[in-house]
Amino acid sequence: MSLIVSRDLAKTYRTGEVEVKALKGLSFKIEPATFVSFVGPSGSGKTTLLNLVGCLDKPTSGQLSVSGTEVASLGRADGATFRGRNIGFVFQDFNLIPVLTVAENVEYPLLMVGRCDARERRDRVDSLLDAVGMVDQRKKLPGQISGGQKQRVAVARALIGAPKLVLADEPTANLDHDTAFMVIDLMKSLKEKRKTTFLFSTHDPKIVGEAEIVYTLEDGLITDREDRRASHV
Amino acid sequence: MSNIVKIALRNLLRYKRRTLLTSLLIMIGVVAVLLFSSITGAFKSLMIGQITDSMLGHLQVHKRGYVASIDNLPLHMNLGPQDMETIEEALDSLEEVEAYSARIKFGGMFSNFEETTNVRLNGVNPAQEILAAPLLPKRVLQGDTGDTLLSPGDILVPELLAKGMDVKPGDTVVIVATNQDGSVNAKTFTVRGVLEGITGPGGRDGYIHIKDAQEILRIQKQEVNEYAVRLKSAGALEKVEAALAKAIGGELNKQGAPKYEIHTWEKLSPFYNIARMIDVMTLFIKLMLIAIVLVSVMNVMIMAVFERVKEIGTIAAIGTRPGQILSLFLFEGISLGILGSAMGTLISLAAILTLKIHPISYDFGRQKGLLLSPALDPAEIIVVSLLVILISVLASLQPAYRASRMEPVTAMRHI
Ligand SMILES: Nc1ncnc2c1ncn2[C@@H]1O[C@H](COP(=O)(O)OP(=O)(O)OP(=O)(O)O)[C@@H](O)[C@H]1O
Ligand SMILES: [Mg+2]
Repeated sequence: MSLIVSRDLAKTYRTGEVEVKALKGLSFKIEPATFVSFVGPSGSGKTTLLNLVGCLDKPTSGQLSVSGTEVASLGRADGATFRGRNIGFVFQDFNLIPVLTVAENVEYPLLMVGRCDARERRDRVDSLLDAVGMVDQRKKLPGQISGGQKQRVAVARALIGAPKLVLADEPTANLDHDTAFMVIDLMKSLKEKRKTTFLFSTHDPKIVGEAEIVYTLEDGLITDREDRRASHV
Repeated sequence: MSNIVKIALRNLLRYKRRTLLTSLLIMIGVVAVLLFSSITGAFKSLMIGQITDSMLGHLQVHKRGYVASIDNLPLHMNLGPQDMETIEEALDSLEEVEAYSARIKFGGMFSNFEETTNVRLNGVNPAQEILAAPLLPKRVLQGDTGDTLLSPGDILVPELLAKGMDVKPGDTVVIVATNQDGSVNAKTFTVRGVLEGITGPGGRDGYIHIKDAQEILRIQKQEVNEYAVRLKSAGALEKVEAALAKAIGGELNKQGAPKYEIHTWEKLSPFYNIARMIDVMTLFIKLMLIAIVLVSVMNVMIMAVFERVKEIGTIAAIGTRPGQILSLFLFEGISLGILGSAMGTLISLAAILTLKIHPISYDFGRQKGLLLSPALDPAEIIVVSLLVILISVLASLQPAYRASRMEPVTAMRHI
């Protein structure tokens, strides 16, 4: 079964008199445990699409199901719960909670969705911090670590609830070249180990090279889909 | 939940100076309310105690119409033996009545053989009077009154009169009075003591023995014109008033109107209005406290939400439900209230403790060196703290609600 199914997905922004057709009817399916990238010029609708898939915004028309749930119909609180349980997020500017330590930031989603005891939480936090190589920084506050480290913590936070899907809108835009590759490689290896689907958008052609499936968006439409798994084998 | 508490508290710590300033402001308000109400409370109960225990008693019973004309101390509204029996029987039957004193009040002339002036006198049974007005013996400034206070032939002269007429204990003076029928009579007295004047009705009256009063006024039978009643506890005032009204209020005179009237000290003393005014002032100070808490907490919370829009968007995006975001900010506001009222309570307790060690001495009217010993009523602390916390909740409600309704996408775009 596909993890994400989209049919004729459209989104129109209205600000007063002005209408912007950001997405003009997208249909696609994304399978579990894949590493997917959306590319395209600025304003092509990448962020808009990721917001819809992430249940952060509602489509104007069309259908979108994530993990079997029709996300367009979810209310505010249900939407939050759905996101907490099923989707991890990595943001362009990291968005860690400044008053919480590295370990507490990673633990946060578990506490808010609240489904496991303290011991299990600790084990999961430790294993993820280990996976992203941040164990020795666990007591630091976000203000005390570098951008690349922050994004590694953010990746750990996105994965703590063991979601089937992680969304990352330009996760490397604020990182230098080497760090960007490190973060992408980290996500890729976690995808292998945890069978998580990663969906990310990027401008950076070198980063795109790491994706298994690449969708190209132009002016609100999918203009190309490239599956590199076949060609690489 | 504990996560919400943790984040709320850390955010308060993150803006230490602002948190401190706000809670200091709340603290000042709490201290103002607690100190004001405890000091004025002490002042009130001291003054009320002075009034009821040294002069008025808690309640008084007279012939109907007496209090309205009390300024000219009429003698035609006396209570006869029949009345006295009725009233005393009623008073004796009431559990809460500690003691009562029957008095004959009258006006006369006071002469030191050189000069003559007016004097207002109470003819009392000293044993009864001491029980009904236990502070009376303490008002004796000069002279030795012993346990008996005064015997037939003795007079206690009010301070100002003694000064003006230049009399001292042991001196002989003459009292001249006109009785009910208009005939004049005189009697010599020995000054037994000089009485400190107090504020309020009857605070500048002299005292003689009731037998002497009856002799001067040529009263043959038993007759008095006032009963001063002391209760076991001031709190029983209304209850006793009602019970007494029930017992003797049904007695009617020939015109069919009630024979007797009952007055509580509140109706007899102008201090009652001062006490009421103090209560009103306490209320106003409380209103100011409410305004301080409301404005300062709301201000801080609006700022807190505004500064953290992006953070709110983030936590909403990663699965924090609107209710959890609401509680996060509510808890932050409540913590400010709790911190402020806790500090305020501590400071107030310390101040009250200091006042216990060094009591405030003050003068009220002619009374000098009254000592105030304020105390903090735990109920008052609880009420004020709960009020502060409640207002903090109200003040945080709107900002917290706004935070909980933010759209994650819009909020995260905020810089
Ligand atoms: N909140 C909004 N209100 C109105 N128009 C919007 C809004 N968000 C995006 N748009 C418009 O929708 C279109 C798609 O925007 P979107 O942010 O999805 O593009 P993008 O591919 O993410 O671009 P970039 O690479 O610059 O991030 C653009 O024309 C943009 O101006
Ligand atoms: Mg974008």
